[in-house]
Amino acid sequence: MALLELKSISKHFGAIQALNSVSFSIAPGEVVGLMGDNGAGKSTLVKIISGIYHPSSGELRYEDKAISIPNPGAARALGIETVHQDLALANNLTATANIFLGRELKHKFGPLRLLRHNAMRARANELFNELKSETRADDLVKDMSGGQRQAVAIARTRLADAKLILMDEPTAAISVRQVAEVLGLIHRLRDAGIAVMLISHRMPDVFTACDRVVVMRRGSKVADKPIADSSPEEVTALITGAKEAA
Amino acid sequence: MASGNDFATGFTNVGRTRFWQRGFLATQSAYVLAALIVLIFIMSLLSENFLTAGNISNITRNFSFIAVATLGMTLVIITGGIDLSVGSTMALSATITALVMGGLVAAGFTPFPGATMILAILAGLGTGFAVGLFNGFAIAKLKLAPFVTTLGTLSIVRGLTYVATYGRGAYPSGPDKDFFIAVTAGRLFDLVPVSFLYLLVAAVAMYVALHHTAWGRHVFAIGGNEAAGRLTGVNVDRVKIQVYVLSGLAAAFNGIIISGWLGSAPANLAQAYELTIIAAAVIGGANLAGGVGGAAGAIIGCVLIEVIRNGLVLARVDPYWQQTLVGCIIVAAVLVDRVRSARSG
Ligand SMILES: Nc1ncnc2c1ncn2[C@@H]1O[C@H](COP(=O)(O)OP(=O)(O)O)[C@@H](O)[C@H]1O
Ligand SMILES: [Mg+2]
Repeated sequence: MALLELKSISKHFGAIQALNSVSFSIAPGEVVGLMGDNGAGKSTLVKIISGIYHPSSGELRYEDKAISIPNPGAARALGIETVHQDLALANNLTATANIFLGRELKHKFGPLRLLRHNAMRARANELFNELKSETRADDLVKDMSGGQRQAVAIARTRLADAKLILMDEPTAAISVRQVAEVLGLIHRLRDAGIAVMLISHRMPDVFTACDRVVVMRRGSKVADKPIADSSPEEVTALITGAKEAA
Repeated sequence: MASGNDFATGFTNVGRTRFWQRGFLATQSAYVLAALIVLIFIMSLLSENFLTAGNISNITRNFSFIAVATLGMTLVIITGGIDLSVGSTMALSATITALVMGGLVAAGFTPFPGATMILAILAGLGTGFAVGLFNGFAIAKLKLAPFVTTLGTLSIVRGLTYVATYGRGAYPSGPDKDFFIAVTAGRLFDLVPVSFLYLLVAAVAMYVALHHTAWGRHVFAIGGNEAAGRLTGVNVDRVKIQVYVLSGLAAAFNGIIISGWLGSAPANLAQAYELTIIAAAVIGGANLAGGVGGAAGAIIGCVLIEVIRNGLVLARVDPYWQQTLVGCIIVAAVLVDRVRSARSG
């Protein structure tokens, strides 16, 4: 049974056709690599699944039900979490504030809803420990390294019990050692039965972490096959267009 | 493979922040507060009248006249916006309050003592609410630039103020007039201006809202990275509309207070106050680029401006120097902040 199924999803921005009838599915606990050149439509696909863009046409099915995802909150309610390409962090806020942005923990205090600072800080520290990241919950994001920012963005996806985590280029701005940590995390997610869609430009990431690879070129899906049946050379040829489809 | 602990200690690329580099002490507000204390000390040496109860009471009343509006302005600035319409909103709200009070009396509608005053003040606050809603809607929904939008409302609202009274202004009147003056311009124990008490309540409410509610987090997040707010599901448009409405309400409130003290609402009431109010907010640490600011800073900025004005008068210096000095302090405040963040960053 597929967790998420996209059927002939198209998206255009005015005259730009960003996605052209893309269909694919992802099963629970499956790790799918999504590759393609800049402008291929990868981020647009991610934003449709996370409720930021709405498809121009096509159908979304989740756990065998036709659904629409009107906003990011709806995606989260379904168990879909996203690490966006630009990380989507507010520099002027602390790690904790960013992790809980839009779903703060609150005390009921008469008519007031006051923030539970300590509970949120404790949970943030817990998440950073799990991610083996030395990121302090009270530090401002603007004072952080690339890897720490990445940790904050990933920690955010671990707040609720997600079923599907979308990672849009999570390894683009971090050191080799931190890349290994992110890939290790993806393995642990899969072991926990959580599906992951990993977008990356780095061939080794996809070939070590993923079960399946999907290649996009100029808005269309040109390949979708098990990692075991493909090779970095083939994927490179598919991305550039040297090979039409596979 | 390294153990989790080895790994963690292996990448200490950010040092622990020292106490003066975080919290209130790390803010521009703290530096300006220090400057203010020095200034008060110097003033008290220069003039023995400066630290008298009467003078302190006057200073308190005067900065309270703009401080609630500065709180509202600070909220707008934290989201990365600006509200140039506050001076005009103060004038129109004061005018509507005076007109409604007079109108109800003329229509013979005085069901119980205080009724005309209460309805008139509600009408005045409603005016500020409406102006704020207009600004917020244009900025959040129609995506117009805050500067241009509120520059437009500055002119529209001031024009309406003149139209409403043929340029002659309006006067609070009727049986509730003395009551109105007492609740706006009165002094508790003949000493503490009531306007200062209102300010304290507003400031505490704003502090709690900014630092202890999700709404406050969202206000800061919008100023820090609006796109991130949208991606994480913050209702950016609604929060933006809310801050402009609060700014309009705060301006209306201060306009009504000022008209109580003046005993009238001239059509040119609070003309150009938007500049003083923005200056106070910025001196107090609100960053026009968004994402930074607070209630304490806003009040500190207002006090500093008033202490300078008051001090110049007591020192028999031409009070027209005030503007020049305030300008210098704005530049100095942002310069100190720049130097400080360049060092630590
Ligand atoms: N909000 C938008 N408005 C207009 N065009 C867009 C928008 N988002 C993406 N596009 C266009 O859609 C195409 C695919 O972009 P994107 O999905 O970001 O590609 P990728 O992530 O694969 O590099 C590009 O041509 C891009 O310019
Ligand atoms: Mg992209």
